[in-house]
Amino acid sequence: MAVAAVLPKLVGQRVKRREDPRLIQGRGTYVDDVKIAGMQHLAFKRSDIAHGRIRSIDKSAAEAMEGVEAVFTGAQIAEFLDPMPIGTPFPSPEHRAVAVDTVRFVGDPVAVVVACDRYAARDAADAIEVDYEPLPAVVDPEAAMTGQSAVLHADFPNNVALGPLPSGTGVGRKGAVDDTAVEAAFEAADVVISQRMVNQRLAPSSIEARGVVAHYEPGREALTIWSSSQNPHILRTFVSRMLGLGEDRVRAIAPEVGGGFGAKINIYGEEYVAAALSKRLGLPIKWIEDRSEAFLATVHGRDLIAYVELAARRDGSVLGLRMRIIADIGAYNMLLTAGVPTNSMTMANATYAFPAIRATLTEVFTNKTPTDAYRGAGRPEAAYFVERAMDMLARELAMDPAELRRKNFIQPDQFPYKTHMGAIYDSGDYEKALDRALHVSGWEALKAERDAARADGRLVGLGLSMYVEICGMGPSSTLPPGGWEHSQVTVERDGRISATTGVSPHGQGNETTFAQMLADQFGVPLDHVTIHHGDTAVVKQGIGTFGSRSQAVGGAALHDAGTKVKAKMAKFAAALLEAHESDLVFENGTIAVKGAPASAKPFAEVAAYAYRPIRLPEGLTPGLSDEAFFEPKNNTYPFGCHIAMMEIDRETGEPRLSKMVAVDDAGHLINPLIVEGQIHGGLAQGIGQAMIEEVAYGADGQPLTASFMDYALPRASDFPRFELDNTVTPTPVNPLGAKGVGEAGTIGSTPCIVAAAVDALSVFGVRHLDMMLRPEKLWRIIQDHESARSFDA
Amino acid sequence: MISTAFEYERATSLDDALAKLAAAGGAGKLIAGGHSLVPLMKLRLSEPTVLIDIANIPDFAGIREADGRIEIGAGTTHHDVAISALLRARCPVMAEAAAAIGDQQVRNRGTLGGSLAHADPAADYPAVMLALDADFHLKGTNGWRVVKAGDFFQGMLTVDLAPDEILAKVTFAPVRAAAYAKLHQRASRFAIVGVAAALAVSDGTISSVRIGLTGASSSPSRLENVEAALTGRDATAGAFSAAAGIAGDGVEDLNEDIHASADYRRAMIRVFTRRALDGALARIAG
Repeated sequence: MAVAAVLPKLVGQRVKRREDPRLIQGRGTYVDDVKIAGMQHLAFKRSDIAHGRIRSIDKSAAEAMEGVEAVFTGAQIAEFLDPMPIGTPFPSPEHRAVAVDTVRFVGDPVAVVVACDRYAARDAADAIEVDYEPLPAVVDPEAAMTGQSAVLHADFPNNVALGPLPSGTGVGRKGAVDDTAVEAAFEAADVVISQRMVNQRLAPSSIEARGVVAHYEPGREALTIWSSSQNPHILRTFVSRMLGLGEDRVRAIAPEVGGGFGAKINIYGEEYVAAALSKRLGLPIKWIEDRSEAFLATVHGRDLIAYVELAARRDGSVLGLRMRIIADIGAYNMLLTAGVPTNSMTMANATYAFPAIRATLTEVFTNKTPTDAYRGAGRPEAAYFVERAMDMLARELAMDPAELRRKNFIQPDQFPYKTHMGAIYDSGDYEKALDRALHVSGWEALKAERDAARADGRLVGLGLSMYVEICGMGPSSTLPPGGWEHSQVTVERDGRISATTGVSPHGQGNETTFAQMLADQFGVPLDHVTIHHGDTAVVKQGIGTFGSRSQAVGGAALHDAGTKVKAKMAKFAAALLEAHESDLVFENGTIAVKGAPASAKPFAEVAAYAYRPIRLPEGLTPGLSDEAFFEPKNNTYPFGCHIAMMEIDRETGEPRLSKMVAVDDAGHLINPLIVEGQIHGGLAQGIGQAMIEEVAYGADGQPLTASFMDYALPRASDFPRFELDNTVTPTPVNPLGAKGVGEAGTIGSTPCIVAAAVDALSVFGVRHLDMMLRPEKLWRIIQDHESARSFDA
Repeated sequence: MISTAFEYERATSLDDALAKLAAAGGAGKLIAGGHSLVPLMKLRLSEPTVLIDIANIPDFAGIREADGRIEIGAGTTHHDVAISALLRARCPVMAEAAAAIGDQQVRNRGTLGGSLAHADPAADYPAVMLALDADFHLKGTNGWRVVKAGDFFQGMLTVDLAPDEILAKVTFAPVRAAAYAKLHQRASRFAIVGVAAALAVSDGTISSVRIGLTGASSSPSRLENVEAALTGRDATAGAFSAAAGIAGDGVEDLNEDIHASADYRRAMIRVFTRRALDGALARIAG
């Protein structure tokens, strides 16, 4: 027998993404590529006012148009479709997929057209006449809470959707609050930092907008729904419930998904309407969101205001933190809307052993697009608020921002560390990440470079920030759909390996990383392993991809399933080799007795034997396929340190990021190349938020950034070369020691970028800037100072 | 693109395009790169019933020099303008402005003529056309007509181009000492303020200067007060800085939007006027 080439171990290697060739060559199958004979197309008529009552809808012209199958108003849809459910245990107003009597944001659907193609559907939607009685728009969340503005939902006085919800030190089980410790901290303080901060509203902007195809087959009484979703199993659960079908009669498929960033976790009204209309009309139905709709109808992210106070001693020891958060959640509660801002409270402890914390959260309805998860989902906001306050404190105390952090860190021997916010940080070594970042960036040299530039009259600044976040979501006690993941691993008759995963990758690269793991586990080549995902008929169970959980939870389930199958395969091999199963090694596509390579049996031969066991070993059943559910005992808490350098053009106020260093600790890395890609993407979106992205509304609730002509997405030319490094602090929460990395870039980056801008303008006495860094805003600060100076002269 | 329904026709010559335009009876639109028209059609702000594609008309694209003048076909893409060796050597401001348009994908499709005929108030080329005092050559059913850049731009999205005319080419005398400076709007990459300056200097003295402004108001304009202040002066950074101080004075109806207030635009006119002048002078020194 020819000696097989030695297969290298792949876990930990920079293996290129196997997904990319087909995607780059345009050979992926997205929802819009799904075509079914007789398929009809939907177009939604959407409100063009922010708030109003529907007086009447005239759909006669639309119904008379060629190619139009049917037109439904919200009232008609409500006859056969219940209000939309949410996925959090919080109170929520009735939310109809298509508005029945009141519209509450620009983009709220009021009617839907079913037609033979997209063009006919859109023409007909444009022909629908809606007469509104306009109501005052609620735009400012703080004003909305005062009782002086209009009310969106009668059951929610003052537009308060939730709260004020207290959290932190001295909060009892039933919400009883004892502020003694927090007040004592502020009384004992030498210095108190106090700042209102805004973490502005963003549009997730996946390159593929949303889309759905619903195909109800009356004969089978079964529905197949294709959707650009991050979590087809959750979609199946919700759609089956809304349609009154068993989950056994609903198949949900997430084909290629061109980005989600959290916005495709939510189950949207368009999905329910497409499914319900397919069932009602007995026709396949497609709806593809266009870009203009995506700005209005896909959830937005962030939009938090926080009043942050930090109490400290003059030596830099922080004594206490107060953080009052107001979340502008827009017009309705979506799937996770109410829960996302609670993450910002959970992470208020940041990387620090703060003695006392009081955080409170109030969520407010306004006449805007609803918010929900967006990459980071509550953790970027927390990191931003706390790190901005720490930066202000360092400036106030004239301390190096790195040294202030060092003084307040939770220490490595304190893990697992129970925070005031109820989180149990699994593992961490924050000082190691800080020191690594200082080293990689050349922090002292950067400071000298900044000072020299400043001496030349240039506006150059440096910023540093730490973060810790929540990944690997999470135990079922914290996630309403369940916090586990599922996988099935099958060694096929020919020795190839098929595996399913309940996570639903759409850019995370799990077809590659999971194959690396199985290739190593079974000692077979990478291209002998295929990972299946995104189809509830193929993948028996699953939760989905969000909360940076794919590797830490999905990877762990895959590992466990693989372990079971390998153990069984070892029994078959042991029978063939007349050896003990614990003496076997799986390597180079063979199974051999340890220390006796000549004994090696080809992997495929053992697989074939397992499927035609002429002599079935005692106690074994045929076949090589097994599954595992993995339920983590805790979340993971990755962390890191980011450093930015910025120059601001003194004449124009334009900020230019000249350096971006990210040191992240995500535990063990399966594929450093993919990890770096995830960090690059996260940094891009973090830099976008810090510098150029913002969803803006006028006082009348009209969106002012409803296209990419006005909503700035960052381009490659907006970035310096990213300098990445990492430390490795494994998690004990899963067998892989991997923590998760999908969102880290957005979480760590915004505070250090803003800190760099503040540092650049600190020569003018600037202590804080709100995002994003609009050039005119920076120019005005410079201008005010320059004119004051010339006035003095 | 979910536009309203339209017919698509491909023109084989300028005369063919004019004939098709006439046949469409006012409901036709010319399309070359589509980077001004298609976004409007997507939003249903423009609903032509006939699209006449002029992109493949022979000799409609191309850059050449003849008799001391540069000629650029209206169908030339921004990319081809940006990389033109002829322009880079003889009139680099033109290539510089083209390279500052949008992004690479936009530059690969969008055309000079399309941009000029559409006359977006924040487009880049108009400032350069004014600074170069370019001639716009219009082909109509009754023959050719030449319009000066200064007369072509008449107001917000309004140009001296009849419904039965096509902008076929622009010509101008190349100016080496000319530069374009632009403050990008960070989403669209259009100009918040764009200034093109073209200098003629003899023995260190400015014998003539033309400065074109775009982005600041409803239509592009010349900064005549700055030109007057500089003519006859020594070409020095100090003179530019002083003269740029009055740039924007007298510019009415400054644009104001979420990206930039009128005050900011006025201040940026001064900054970018000076930068354009400095850039132009540097091209003499270089």
